Amino acid sequence: MHHSIEIERLSFSYPDGHPALKDVSLAIQPCEKVALVGPNGAGKSTLILHLNGILVGQGGVQVCGLRAEKENLGRLRAMVGLVFQSPDDQLFSPTVYDDVAFGPLYQGLPVGEVRSRVEEALHAVHMGDYARRVSHHLSTGEKKRIAIATVLSMKPEVLVLDEPTAGLDPRSRRSLINLLRELPLTMLVSTHDMLMVRELFPRMVIMDEGRIVADGPTQQLMDDASLLEAHGLEKP
Amino acid sequence: MLLSPLPMHIPDGFLSVAVSLILWFATIIVVAYALKRVGEDLGERQVPMMGVLAAAIFAGQMLNFTVAGGTSGHLMGAAIATILLGPWAAILVLTCVVGIQALIFQDGGLLVLGANIFNMGIVGTAVAYMAYHTVRRLTGERLWGILVGGFVAAWLSIEIAALGVGLQLAISGISPANIAIPAMGGIHALIGIGEGLITVGALAFLYSARRDLFQANQAGPVGGKTVWVGGLLIALVLAVASPLASAHPDGLEWVAEQKGFLDAAQGPLYNIIPDYVLPGISNEALATILAGIVGTLIVFAVGLLVAYSRRRVQTS
Amino acid sequence: MHIHFLDPYRERSSPIHALDPRVKLVLTLAFILTAALTPVGAWPLFILLFAIILSVEIISELGVLYVLKRAALALPFVLAALPAIFTIPGDTLFSLPVGPWVLRASIPGLERFASIALKSWVSVQAGILLAASTPFPDLLLAMRALRIPRLLVTIFGLMWRYLFVLVDEALRLMRARAARSGLADQPGLKPGGSLVWRARVAGGMAGSLFLRAFERSDRIYMAMLARGYDGEVRSMPLPALRPWHALALVIVLSVLLLLLVMGFLFW
Repeated sequence: MHHSIEIERLSFSYPDGHPALKDVSLAIQPCEKVALVGPNGAGKSTLILHLNGILVGQGGVQVCGLRAEKENLGRLRAMVGLVFQSPDDQLFSPTVYDDVAFGPLYQGLPVGEVRSRVEEALHAVHMGDYARRVSHHLSTGEKKRIAIATVLSMKPEVLVLDEPTAGLDPRSRRSLINLLRELPLTMLVSTHDMLMVRELFPRMVIMDEGRIVADGPTQQLMDDASLLEAHGLEKP
Repeated sequence: MLLSPLPMHIPDGFLSVAVSLILWFATIIVVAYALKRVGEDLGERQVPMMGVLAAAIFAGQMLNFTVAGGTSGHLMGAAIATILLGPWAAILVLTCVVGIQALIFQDGGLLVLGANIFNMGIVGTAVAYMAYHTVRRLTGERLWGILVGGFVAAWLSIEIAALGVGLQLAISGISPANIAIPAMGGIHALIGIGEGLITVGALAFLYSARRDLFQANQAGPVGGKTVWVGGLLIALVLAVASPLASAHPDGLEWVAEQKGFLDAAQGPLYNIIPDYVLPGISNEALATILAGIVGTLIVFAVGLLVAYSRRRVQTS
Repeated sequence: MHIHFLDPYRERSSPIHALDPRVKLVLTLAFILTAALTPVGAWPLFILLFAIILSVEIISELGVLYVLKRAALALPFVLAALPAIFTIPGDTLFSLPVGPWVLRASIPGLERFASIALKSWVSVQAGILLAASTPFPDLLLAMRALRIPRLLVTIFGLMWRYLFVLVDEALRLMRARAARSGLADQPGLKPGGSLVWRARVAGGMAGSLFLRAFERSDRIYMAMLARGYDGEVRSMPLPALRPWHALALVIVLSVLLLLLVMGFLFW
């Protein structure tokens, strides 16, 4: 039985020499919901980009038993639904429908299946009647949900989100949190939103300066004020 | 680092000095006028708008899509810039893009920068303008008119500019006309299709997101007529001259020899050793060896001097 | 995510770096012009030009290998001059049978090709040196000194400022596309979509990029207004040219002129 995500001693330095990840190891079980927290520059986004092979470092990265290697990138990207921080960079098609259909269309699925996947995905994010809308005109909250739909349509095994609640007003944030609660997928979320972490994620991983400095039950780690403070976090 | 992989940026050394200077002259005149026009049309908004859009076109040229196997298609942007901004602003924007590419990335030479700006920024723009507005006049308000016009404008902007490059290479005596022109024309006929497709994609997106951007250019400005005529003339001249030149390369070679007269071998002062020198003529070889020695000494001396001064800095 | 691959400037404390940017720009252009005017087959002059540029590379502490490596990237265009080898008349050096044709390489043709390649190579190096030894704001200053209209220079400057931001956006768009370019587990599917679809997607990305740039320029305009911008471009006056730099300018220009005169006299 595979872990959903298995990262083994991953290290990575950017071309300009800056070491972003140092010996990171992490294992996530199927259907687990894990929050990744830490100060800016800790390496959270860098780590996430290794999960579908956009970045390749030294060490082992496996998703559902599939190693993150050149031959597997195609399958990997279908299995890992990666939602980036800025929805503007993810919504690049004229209509919402086109953006959500991109993944299935790229895979070469028959038109009927593409259509049903798009409907399902939009439905799952509660935006069923947005299909004909122009992405550019939507609010940030709506864009973020559509961005999630664009990866859901690929039916991924794992959902990875980078700062999902950043920039959202309280109402949009609330609906996004409810949405994440409903989705039954394995989830890894990088965030600064400690309140959301406490509400949704039973397990918390703290990163700082390219390393994992703590990995355990959210409840327990949240009570350790000095640990939080040492890594630029605050207890919510 | 070549960020824009279109094979249209001519490096230094590939155009004769005469051709380079003539095209610089033409480019300076047109760009100066464009500055004036854009100043009048846009007023104070022009600095932020031109600057950021130039950056956008530069960045847009990095976007790619797989054409077949390992090759990818890219955007040059003359057509889309002209359709959205009008010809004069497009000329300015493309001048900046081509200028930065040459100055910072050595994508295109500095002496031949005038020629590159002329080909991509001016010819590309004028021809795109002419094609787009012709199609629009025929098809009216409809979306498909915009898309077809965009495709034709994009394809022509690449193809005609490429023919211009081929002709310039031939006149400069770099490549014979019957090779340069068909080669440039042929390759870019395919590249132009990629440009056309991606331009259509961009137009479709922009039409759905901001239809108002298309209304603005509907009433073709008065100066637009000049550009339209200019575009038509350029396209016709290049389209006619190119096949003529490739069919009669000797005629062009004769021109090249005359041009070569100015900057290559045949100086008027002495009855010089012509190009056709056989290796082994003693004074030629001697001169070369001497230059080699002198050159090596210079570099050596400089290297020593730099190392010496660095050591002095370290010990002091 | 760092994008400094876009910025070729490499900081060093060399005399070349310290040289007035206006002098550097003029000398770079003069050097390229000299190379362009050097007659075909004037090998001694090419050697001397190379000696000059190599010396500058050494003095600049940028590393000869670094400059040569970057220069190599700009050279594929050389292929365009290959036909010269086979089409310029003269004594044949060797023949190359290609299918039904026989290509005859003539010596004048080879000389022409070599001359073009050398001119190009040495000019590219000069350009690299200029860009790597001069911070961009200084280049803008040099452009102003060359009487390039202040408006154009300002637009240039703004473009540079936002180049990094927009290239970053373009890279992220491509990253987002790659993240959704997956392969399904089902057999018998043809992934990748049609060419037209891919071009449309790329076009959409470009359109999205332009649109956001457009709207961003509005915000920048408002920020400029908020700081008193009124459409007129005002900048600091150009500093005076220091005597040593003027001397360097005169000396190098004289050397280049000498090379040119030699070229005209003897070739």
